[in-house]
Amino acid sequence: MSAKTIAADAPVQFYDLDEHAHPEGHSTMLGFWIYLMSDCLIFAILFACYAVLGGSYAAGPAPKDLFDLKLIALNTAMLLFSSITYGFAVLQMQQGKVRGVQIWLAVTALFGLAFLGIELYEFHHLIEIGATPQRSAFLSSFFTLVGTHGLHVTFGIIWLVTLMFQLSKHGLIAANKRRVMCLSMFWHFLDVVWIGVFTFVYLMGVLR
Amino acid sequence: MTPHPAPETGPILGKLSLEALPLHEPILVVTFIGVVLGGIAVLGLITKFRLWGYLWTEWFTTVDHKRIGIMYMILGLIMFLRGFADAIMMRIQQAMAFGGSEGYLTPHHYDQVFTAHGVIMIFFVAMPFITGLMNYVVPLQIGARDVSFPFLNNFSFWMTTAGAVLTMISLFVGEYAQTGWLAYPPLSGIAYSPNVGVDYYIWGLQIAGVGTTLSGINLIVTILKLRAPGMGLMKMPVFTWTSLCANILIVASFPILTATLVLLTLDRYVGTNFFTNDLGGSPMMYVNLIWIWGHPEVYILVLPLFGVFSEVTSTFSGKRLFGYTSMVYATICITILSYLVWLHHFFTMGSGASVNSFFGITTMVISIPTGAKLFNWLFTMYRGRIRFELPMMWTVAFMLTFVIGGMTGVLLAVPPADFVLHNSLFLIAHFHNVIIGGVLFGLFAAINYWWPKAFGYKLDVFWGKVSFWCWVVGFWVAFTPLYILGLMGVTRRMRVFDDPSLQIWFVIAGIGALIVAAGIGAMLVQFAVSIWRRKELRDETGGDPWDGRTLEWATSSPPPDYNFAFTPVIHDLDAWYDMKKRGHQRPVDGYRDIHMPSNTGTGIILSGFCLVMGFALVWHIWWLVALSFAATIVGAIYHTFNYKRDFDIPAATVTAVEEARTRQLAAGA
Repeated sequence: MSAKTIAADAPVQFYDLDEHAHPEGHSTMLGFWIYLMSDCLIFAILFACYAVLGGSYAAGPAPKDLFDLKLIALNTAMLLFSSITYGFAVLQMQQGKVRGVQIWLAVTALFGLAFLGIELYEFHHLIEIGATPQRSAFLSSFFTLVGTHGLHVTFGIIWLVTLMFQLSKHGLIAANKRRVMCLSMFWHFLDVVWIGVFTFVYLMGVLR
Repeated sequence: MTPHPAPETGPILGKLSLEALPLHEPILVVTFIGVVLGGIAVLGLITKFRLWGYLWTEWFTTVDHKRIGIMYMILGLIMFLRGFADAIMMRIQQAMAFGGSEGYLTPHHYDQVFTAHGVIMIFFVAMPFITGLMNYVVPLQIGARDVSFPFLNNFSFWMTTAGAVLTMISLFVGEYAQTGWLAYPPLSGIAYSPNVGVDYYIWGLQIAGVGTTLSGINLIVTILKLRAPGMGLMKMPVFTWTSLCANILIVASFPILTATLVLLTLDRYVGTNFFTNDLGGSPMMYVNLIWIWGHPEVYILVLPLFGVFSEVTSTFSGKRLFGYTSMVYATICITILSYLVWLHHFFTMGSGASVNSFFGITTMVISIPTGAKLFNWLFTMYRGRIRFELPMMWTVAFMLTFVIGGMTGVLLAVPPADFVLHNSLFLIAHFHNVIIGGVLFGLFAAINYWWPKAFGYKLDVFWGKVSFWCWVVGFWVAFTPLYILGLMGVTRRMRVFDDPSLQIWFVIAGIGALIVAAGIGAMLVQFAVSIWRRKELRDETGGDPWDGRTLEWATSSPPPDYNFAFTPVIHDLDAWYDMKKRGHQRPVDGYRDIHMPSNTGTGIILSGFCLVMGFALVWHIWWLVALSFAATIVGAIYHTFNYKRDFDIPAATVTAVEEARTRQLAAGA
């Protein structure tokens, strides 16, 4: 505003004659943030469904019979560690170290894969003992909420790998930095959602 | 219970077989032959005049918000003809099916017709129309060169189109849902709808929904980030404000639809129990969720048109809009309140007197900001120099029609009254009254208002007036009988009637529909005549035919690719009026290179993959699902490896374009 302030007696300026193009990607962050909020709403609906249907066991198993908190604690640790290591990748990026970014991204991906592996093991186990998504509304909403989160982590890992290739191809150019930051938001967002899942589904599940 | 047993599933074609072709339905066979012949003719003409390259490079792959906006409008228009054909079929059926007559539509066909009518009119007519309008006008009104994410804009358009195409395919391959436009379970569950109709419904909406959500994000960011210098939020034109609110509603409600339809999909494809009758499922859960999306959706549709009426009233009254600030706050109030009323769609669910009272009151409260808007428009006209051009005529028709629709809405908001009127033709008459009177009349006002901006010549007035009178008269002749029938207790979606005393009302309603059909015909003639006589109708003012007040009238018609050679600086709410009043000088030299996004075919290709995937999912062709899904992902990743997404329009080109305009302006003056 200050640059455009016009003195009272000067002729009114109706056109910006000395214009500079908007810097490339200047609104990507805002756009991505709004996208994340729309994604957040999808999770909100799944949480709401779980809140409504989570007690509808249909004479089938209840959370107490199914959840193994030790396994879930390990799982949660994997995802939380992956968020920290992503943070390290961003720190390396700010120092301009491509190699460091790539190493930490790779570590993040490994933690993410470990998380997915444990989740798949849990799902497999549940299905094996007959606690399938078809068994009751509780299990339908459980598998859908947790599974949707897992699906997001899967896409996050695909994106992560793609980004590692792009970093090795073009280095830390502005576009790549922006992508690292977007994925960072995405990854931490999944972390926050998981904290909700852990508390609301698992911890409160074994309490009731 | 089930009209047709679920077909066998094969490994190669899934559930698809020759049985899927509706050869036993003569109406569909004839339509199909017509579509094939018409399609061959169009494709033949495009090939004959060698237009494929032009269409591909100039339109299909374009990232120019103006062209994408026009393509949205064309999509909306085509789908409108389909949706209206459904409407006429229903009116004829209901006018005939008395005294033992079964009419001419089988139950299986009739149920598809009323479902398709609702879905198409909302998702593939109203939504493309308003998205197209916002796409075209908003960047111009805020003095921007394009939207924030031009590629995403192109992709959004093609996803919407892919959803529409998938829905249209259901007409000739298989069937459409027979559930009503919101597909309530358990009827839409696999137990009662074992065939592909509901699957077409789901995947058509999901694919189009991706486009809608992304375009919502795109326009919000555009409005927040790309406004010309000096344009604070409270200096934005009202249309931009209402677009902002509508897009916020899109982003805050379409994900709910997406999630809800995913749950229905899981119930149908995986056998989960979200909305089933047994194993703990809750069908009313779906009804709640779908309306938490559905009610904001009606405001998504109508808010941008409230903006249009504001622009039109102000321009054609030659006055600044009365109560700009209250207009903005009324819009924001409506945006928020639209999330607090969803339960009024099912007061009869049995949630009790307190809950129903809450939602009844919030519903009535919405009429207050809406009423404030109406008074603002009236006070804008008061003592104005009103010019009754076509856009203004539509606006006045809107005011008269919409107020009645709004008042019947307040009637329905009273829970005890709703217990009597719910699911009746009174409700049908009410929402057609607000959607046709609000959304469609607004679109017609907008088309007549901005057509000269988009093409450089005005629309023919005579045929516009014919269309106007047919529409307004036809609307009332068609829907007043429905109000009356609804008050007598006739429910919606009926195929045959026993009581012969009702027939006269349905006959009158059918005549009304025919008058509306004449209005549509006149509108198509209006477009054709105007294109034909475009030299005579040419806008000689160089881009400002209505003595406009906002920035889109500051540039030429049609605007150049870059919209503005120099970004305008804003000092007043009515920026262009202010510039004219204070004698601005259009700069005639010193042009610079202008940075613009490049065209890309990625959007149409990815949407093509999604269309194939949707079709494969409908028919359970799993190998094709896997293949098209992989293609979509690989295609999207491939696109991210393209870092060179823009180019510079050289200053020399800008100079040439602008000098031509200088000469045109001099000749006009």
